[in-house]
Amino acid sequence: MQAKLRVRRYDPEAAEPGPYTQDYQIDVPDHYTVLDALIHVREDEDPSLALRCSCRASICGSCAMTVNETARLVCKTKLTDIAPNGEAVLVEPMNNQRVIKDLVVDLDFFWGKIRAVEPYLQPRGEEPEGEYIAPNESMLNLLTPMGCIMCGACVSACTVLEVDDTFLGPAALAKAYRFVADPRDGEAHQRLSTLNDASGAWDCTRCYQCVQVCPKGVAPMERIMELRDSIMEDGMTNTAGARHVESFAHSVAHTGWLDETMLAVDSWGKFNLPKLMGNAMLGFRTLVRGKLPAPGPFHKKRPGAENVGRIFKRFEQKQ
Amino acid sequence: MKYAFYPGCVSRGGTPELYDSTIAVATQLGIELEEIVGAACTGAGVLQEKGLKLGDALNARTFAMAERMGLTTIMTICSTCQGVMAQANKRLLDDPDYLAEINEELIPEGLEYTGRIIVKHFAWVLVEEVGLDSLEALVTNPLEDMKIAPFYGCYILRPSDALGYDENPGRDNYLERIIAACSAEPVNFPGRLSCCGFPIMLINEKNSMAMVGNHTHSAKAAGADAMVTPCPLCHLNLDGQQPKAQALRGEKIGLPILHLPQLIGLSMGISPRELGLNRHIVSTSGLQGKASVRA
Repeated sequence: MQAKLRVRRYDPEAAEPGPYTQDYQIDVPDHYTVLDALIHVREDEDPSLALRCSCRASICGSCAMTVNETARLVCKTKLTDIAPNGEAVLVEPMNNQRVIKDLVVDLDFFWGKIRAVEPYLQPRGEEPEGEYIAPNESMLNLLTPMGCIMCGACVSACTVLEVDDTFLGPAALAKAYRFVADPRDGEAHQRLSTLNDASGAWDCTRCYQCVQVCPKGVAPMERIMELRDSIMEDGMTNTAGARHVESFAHSVAHTGWLDETMLAVDSWGKFNLPKLMGNAMLGFRTLVRGKLPAPGPFHKKRPGAENVGRIFKRFEQKQ
Repeated sequence: MKYAFYPGCVSRGGTPELYDSTIAVATQLGIELEEIVGAACTGAGVLQEKGLKLGDALNARTFAMAERMGLTTIMTICSTCQGVMAQANKRLLDDPDYLAEINEELIPEGLEYTGRIIVKHFAWVLVEEVGLDSLEALVTNPLEDMKIAPFYGCYILRPSDALGYDENPGRDNYLERIIAACSAEPVNFPGRLSCCGFPIMLINEKNSMAMVGNHTHSAKAAGADAMVTPCPLCHLNLDGQQPKAQALRGEKIGLPILHLPQLIGLSMGISPRELGLNRHIVSTSGLQGKASVRA
């Protein structure tokens, strides 16, 4: 098949470093992946093209790149799937990370985040004579986060890292969950306490990008939601994030639907004057336009709200 | 075509103009809506932070209520409601034991979800069932001078396996097609499939405002006169918080943000006032003043 690759090039040592886009028109077998095509270019057309790869079988996690604006493992992306009619395929380095050359990014940023969550078991108490034994059932929920191959696709796609590079990010938070939920680890409380801080579990914007791009089904965002639940279960409820969940649940449980105004007030903190004053203008603007949702006692119940309350009570009892 | 209508919390709270414009447009398009009275909030991804079962029970209750109305398709007008309901429906339909467990919670109310409900956003109903040719036939006020940037909202895009993208792979291009059917010009810009930052607006305002600023700025830089979104939560942030976002950036943006039915309504010649264009935070008067839009 005829394949057309549009590759983002950048070489800091060149007279004109770029970035710029270079097109390659190549004739390759139908079964080729984007990685096969890139290697073909490097071997036969242009030895100056830099890319990182190793296993070619979605195991090593080396070849994550941005293909047609989506983070992917290029070894797992067949040309016929994304360009069935020979359309041009845009190949760029991962986002949110510094580019070293062409398609190769500096992974120090990625590994720095992973290291920050202390990704190793920290058992407490006396060392057993043999192994640390854990029942099989207690490890089942760890299978998804343990499937992570550290490719960085989720970090590339993360919409929060795009605006804030202090955020721990999806890969590191999924890794943190893997140790928080491990029955052999003794530092869950300390770990959760750290993840409860700024740049931790509450800063995820729940955009599902990481879930969408992960080639291994780790679903990092879902692990982050489990961390939030664990943080609240551990008694750490005095953050904007935890108050946000509690206020949301309170209004739906009592009225069947969301009290938007109280959600804002509760999340900021009822006595957080600077925040309340800082948002007074927006409140005023919405009031003038007749659309400030009636709060608290003025937030009307939906018909049958008692049935919603009953479902909430049942789930609280079960927990 | 009759649908069980799920307007969601925000169209009856912070963005009442979405509710009103939906009704105005649906009537003309021949979409008959019967509201699911007493349906609860979907959980919006927030209740799901406390665990999935609680939210799944609330949504199963809504699905059962729609079945009791004798209808099979729920129409949403919010990307977030759409996504949360579609994910809940997938979990319930994928596992009969789980469905039975969740149905236990509905017994006291005499409800049971049998698994026959399809949840569709208004944009999907419009393209897949009403047909864009029907919309085109109703365009009496072609928006020929208007350049519109589409902003989808995360939950109508991802995770794609819960949102029917295998069967309908073009769903991430419907807004462009609807914009074109209104005779306006769709504008491509980098943030069209990104996050507006609404879910962390009350938690990390700085990051949320950076997202609002980036997306509205890049749409404007790409030549957009306005942005259109099928999600009222995106609207709350992109419209309501735009003054604050532009103050943080230190530059004026002033990009009007339209709800999807407002854009369609304008092309049908419905008055801006009836569509609630006067109820936005970012002024829409410049947009209304565009040559072909009747005030």
